[in-house]
Amino acid sequence: MPFRIPIGPYHPALEEPYKLSIQSRGEIVEDVTIEVGFVHRGIELLAQRRNYIQDLVLVERVCGICSNIHTLTFCMAAEEIAGMQVPDRARFIRTIMAELERLHSHLLWAGIGSEDIGFQTMFMEIYALREQVMDVLEAISGNRVNYAMNCIGGVNRDITDPEGVLRAVRSIREGIQKTVIPIFTQNRTILGRTRGVGILTRDEAVTYGVVGPIARASGLAIDVRQDFPYAAYEDLGFQIVTQDSCDVTARVVVRALEMLESCRLIEKALLELPGGPIRPSELVTVVPPGETMMRVEAPRGEVVYYLKSDGSDTPARVKIRTPSDLNLPAIRAMARGQALGDMAIIQASVDPCCSCTDR
Amino acid sequence: MGLFSSILKLSRRRSPWVYVLNAGSCNGCDIEIGSLLSPRYDMEQIGALRQGSPKHADILLITGPLTLRSADAVRSIYAQIPEPKAVVAVGSCPATGNVFAGSPTVEDGVLHVVPVDVFVPGCPPRPQAILAGVQEAAHLLAEGKTGRWHKEKHHE
Ligand code: SF4
Repeated sequence: MPFRIPIGPYHPALEEPYKLSIQSRGEIVEDVTIEVGFVHRGIELLAQRRNYIQDLVLVERVCGICSNIHTLTFCMAAEEIAGMQVPDRARFIRTIMAELERLHSHLLWAGIGSEDIGFQTMFMEIYALREQVMDVLEAISGNRVNYAMNCIGGVNRDITDPEGVLRAVRSIREGIQKTVIPIFTQNRTILGRTRGVGILTRDEAVTYGVVGPIARASGLAIDVRQDFPYAAYEDLGFQIVTQDSCDVTARVVVRALEMLESCRLIEKALLELPGGPIRPSELVTVVPPGETMMRVEAPRGEVVYYLKSDGSDTPARVKIRTPSDLNLPAIRAMARGQALGDMAIIQASVDPCCSCTDR
Repeated sequence: MGLFSSILKLSRRRSPWVYVLNAGSCNGCDIEIGSLLSPRYDMEQIGALRQGSPKHADILLITGPLTLRSADAVRSIYAQIPEPKAVVAVGSCPATGNVFAGSPTVEDGVLHVVPVDVFVPGCPPRPQAILAGVQEAAHLLAEGKTGRWHKEKHHE
């Protein structure tokens, strides 16, 4: 007999409030429906009522995990409308911050994923490693979560001690190479719980329009850093990571290898850090009339900002499309025919971010 | 004071169990609460355990500015926590609405809905500050001094 199991909006398996209604026959999931909107704060509306300086603070709080990406995309959109050139040093610092943020986000995900399959030791290991990343972020920006690094035309803070940061990043890379990668690719507990689970075929990935690590784990080589390079990715030579097995293992491996690539990018950027100013001498408060779309690769995939300016100090329209918006519905395709007990890790493998989705 | 009540008091102070509730947060505060479970901050050193069900909790940690859709859930989850209970408002959001204040979908703080015992300011607060907040709430529980701040809803 089929029965329905509601999970959420507030449930220990869910990191954030959203609702999964699972329809299952015995232990086998037949279908799920997904409901979001519990953390809708009306950010787009608020952004149209505040000026650009205030908006930077606001869009940073679209999501606490990928906060830097949101200000980066917002600034890049404003710079594009204004036809501004960002100083080289600022481009490199932006890349370093974006990749550090990816590291912390992927580590956070890896910790929560381990906890969801009951692997507490791994959760502790990963969170200990993640604290090292947080230390680097704090050393550079002064904050652990909302970094306030980007301003229109550049960045707010300089990296004054590249050698120190380089040493820290090297030790993080060693940690990833020594613990995270071997455990995620060889450990029997992890493989037993993830291999062949939650398949999202390449065709389904295209149909649902998924982005980011989910798409790359289904064999789609899409990444804004490669397709439309921004900041300093062209100078640094980005290498994309993809997997073909389309299951949760593939998503785990893609994220694990991406962390290594992030470390490589940060190290290279620090070694090649150009000199010069980090932002224009005058604070930019007004953006000339115009409109633009801007996209950037966040830890979870492509973020799109649409910005329209009427020439005043307040944007006429800010539209934010976040990656989880596209990735969340794909849980449906992944869940059909799976065991009920695997639902926790299947939904976690998407790395759903509801504060992004709902805005 | 009888033996039983002094044991009760001690255990309220020494093993507060917490339930974390996201009332529309940006996740920033939630990931800092997550860091509290990590080896560096180790919330268990003060006996605090994170619980999956409000029925097992003593302390409610609320993050976020209270979105309209989460208000009912906050009310009901607060009601499910057995007495005595304490509420810790983590971050600037549950205190004032923070940057989201003035949005039509946000209530500007949780005081309309639940009484708060400890406010931990910051956007987000550092894990150490959250830990101190949990500890203070545990002390209030042991002393029976919970329910410090409450605001009746004025409109309607
Ligand atoms: S206080 Fe700041 S970090 Fe915490 S939920 Fe609110 S906006 Fe996010």
